[in-house]
Amino acid sequence: MTAAIPTRLGPVLISVLTAATLAFSSDHPARAQVPPKGPYVHGQVASKPAGGTADHGKFEVLKQDFKSGPEVTKACLGCHTEAARQVMGTLHWSWDYTNSRTGQRLGKKNVINDFCASVTSNEPRCTSCHAGYGWKDATFDFAKAENVDCLICHDRSATYWKNPTGAGHPPYTPVMQGDRQIGAVPNLSQAARSVGLPGRENCGACHFHGGGGDGVKHGSLDSSLLAPDRELDVHMDAKGPNFACTACHVTQKHVWAGSRYDVHAIDSKGLPRPGQRRDVATCESCHGLRPHKGWNLTDVTLNTHVEKLACQTCHVPAFARGGVPTKMRWDWSTSGRLRDGKPFQIRDEKGRPVYESIKGDYVLAENVTPQYFWFDGEIIYQNAERVFDPARQPVPINPISGTPGDPKSRIWPFKVMTGKQPYDSVQKHFVYLHVFGPTDAAYWRGFNWDKSISAGMAAMGLPWSGKFDFVETVMYWPQTHMVAPSAKAVKCGECHRTDGRLARLAGFYMPGRDSARWVDVLGIGLIGLVAAGVVGHALMRLVYRFRRRETPT
Amino acid sequence: MTVMRVKVFTRFERFWHWSQAALIVVLIGSGLGLHGVHRLVRYGDMLTIHVAAALALVLLWLFAVFWHLTTGQWRHYLPTLQGLGPILRFYALGIFRGEPHPFRKTRRRKHNPLQALTYLMLKLVLFPIIWVSGLLLLTYDLWHQKPWSTAGLEAIATLHTAAAFVMIAFLIVHVYVITTGHTVGEQLRTMITGWDDMDLDQAEAEVLKRDGAVG
Repeated sequence: MTAAIPTRLGPVLISVLTAATLAFSSDHPARAQVPPKGPYVHGQVASKPAGGTADHGKFEVLKQDFKSGPEVTKACLGCHTEAARQVMGTLHWSWDYTNSRTGQRLGKKNVINDFCASVTSNEPRCTSCHAGYGWKDATFDFAKAENVDCLICHDRSATYWKNPTGAGHPPYTPVMQGDRQIGAVPNLSQAARSVGLPGRENCGACHFHGGGGDGVKHGSLDSSLLAPDRELDVHMDAKGPNFACTACHVTQKHVWAGSRYDVHAIDSKGLPRPGQRRDVATCESCHGLRPHKGWNLTDVTLNTHVEKLACQTCHVPAFARGGVPTKMRWDWSTSGRLRDGKPFQIRDEKGRPVYESIKGDYVLAENVTPQYFWFDGEIIYQNAERVFDPARQPVPINPISGTPGDPKSRIWPFKVMTGKQPYDSVQKHFVYLHVFGPTDAAYWRGFNWDKSISAGMAAMGLPWSGKFDFVETVMYWPQTHMVAPSAKAVKCGECHRTDGRLARLAGFYMPGRDSARWVDVLGIGLIGLVAAGVVGHALMRLVYRFRRRETPT
Repeated sequence: MTVMRVKVFTRFERFWHWSQAALIVVLIGSGLGLHGVHRLVRYGDMLTIHVAAALALVLLWLFAVFWHLTTGQWRHYLPTLQGLGPILRFYALGIFRGEPHPFRKTRRRKHNPLQALTYLMLKLVLFPIIWVSGLLLLTYDLWHQKPWSTAGLEAIATLHTAAAFVMIAFLIVHVYVITTGHTVGEQLRTMITGWDDMDLDQAEAEVLKRDGAVG
């Protein structure tokens, strides 16, 4: 029985840990974890119908005075005997994934990005988004059932949240920022009795705040999707279909469909029949392979586009559309400037930080037009084991693959995030950064790259030369959320023109954009010659007619 | 031989000619838009117009082909070199000297040899190129998975475009040449009313007179 595993980490110890991590968090206002702002949107549509035969509010086991997250989990596991084991088999738990096609070790634990670069060595902070409790360093016990956090996904009381620096634990004592308390300390018993199917608030608690703040990372995932209108997202429209994330990211036994590490760039199966697959998050799995239903020429033509264009390419005309900006560039090289020996921030006219001593310069943007690339779903991550040529900048952090003629590839919209970040300038690979921690080795405390990189690489067990420099990087984020109403979808003429959205995408013929230049030149030449000939002939006729009148024969 | 005013172009021929002319103008206009030359209409609507006009033209041509075959009118387009020299000389020289057009319509030949040859090329070469390439583009969905589809699309589209340029050139010359009749507007009037002077032999004239088919 999973519930019978004894807890080693008592509530007292947790409080100590929390207090310790909080002590060095006060100068980071952009938080990946924020307290719920208001009641959750009810009636969200999930992949399975809400409701059942049990009212969690009536369970005696949930009426106790829970002192810690793991205590709640133990109570959950008393009935849901397989839940922890199921969660432990997923990415939400392991943050570790091996791509079976490329053999590359991926997952948050392993990949490098151009935000805070890496998780390892920054645990108590990064792992505030782990679906577990207590991942504060490499000693975390991934086999311990009560370390699974049930509430972050299932709390529907709008009171539960994770301490931004608590290694996944909720705050057990007030979280202070200066003199101000942030949020409220969750009432774990109330949260435990409120549980239900995950809503946008639950997934969004982490996924809307990736990269260190609201909307920072993904581009089309931010807090504006908590209760969006139809203009922002036709599916999540709170007054319309009101889809929860799991309506598309269908979940069975805690395994959900759809992951950036295993992208379905094309779905050739389409709408499943009753009894067939349900574990797909593709548009086609609901809309079919001929998604435009009309019999007019436009719809018929658009259906022929489906093989070459991801649905998102037209139906996500722009990202960061909900009023929350996303980060388009992050330049680490300018970080570390101090005023009076203290880190500082520069904010834009809307009060949003655009420079922070701890992180460097940012570019924020809203309503961003995506960039488009052929994409077959395969992404190689430029992790530290891969050497690159720094002469060829920007260095792609996650090179995507795909070609025009390839039946597995389609044109996809991307947020292209650029950055400038440290790399090992001798061995020519990226480095893992230790940015968050209690000692001066952490960059956000000591502002010393040598120490930060040394600590980060040591935590990964990787060697580095000891010499670093900054390199321009680029990272590709496929866009799939913020689906606009059909009337706002990208119009034909936005791509079928020389200066359109696909102007830079080479290797295929597209009417309105491409033409054989020599044919155009010859054609225009022919028309010019003919026109000149006709005009000349006509003029000569006029001249001769005039002369004949002058000199009648 | 007598010259008489006769209904040269039947009602169907004139309907065919003018609806074809209108459709071709629409096709050229929308085709230029699809080629990226102008943006007068939204791209999607331009495609709808282009394809609708093309399909209408194909339908019209099905009727026209049927008409040519059943009436035997296709014989007017048989190519011949006979009399071609004087026609060429007329357009190069005679027309400036005020000479009369060397060709006179007859019951067997209502087009001069140059005209007949041009129309024959139009019907047997240019139109088929445009239609076949256009239909291939329209049915892209049926062959896009072939390994040659990427290169094929470009080749077919290029051929379609090249043929369209020739079509535009033809249209310019055609519109100009109809001004070379007895008067500038005479041939245009003929194409509208159907009436023109024609060389008739005695027997033809008798028959037409009997039927009241002369003006």
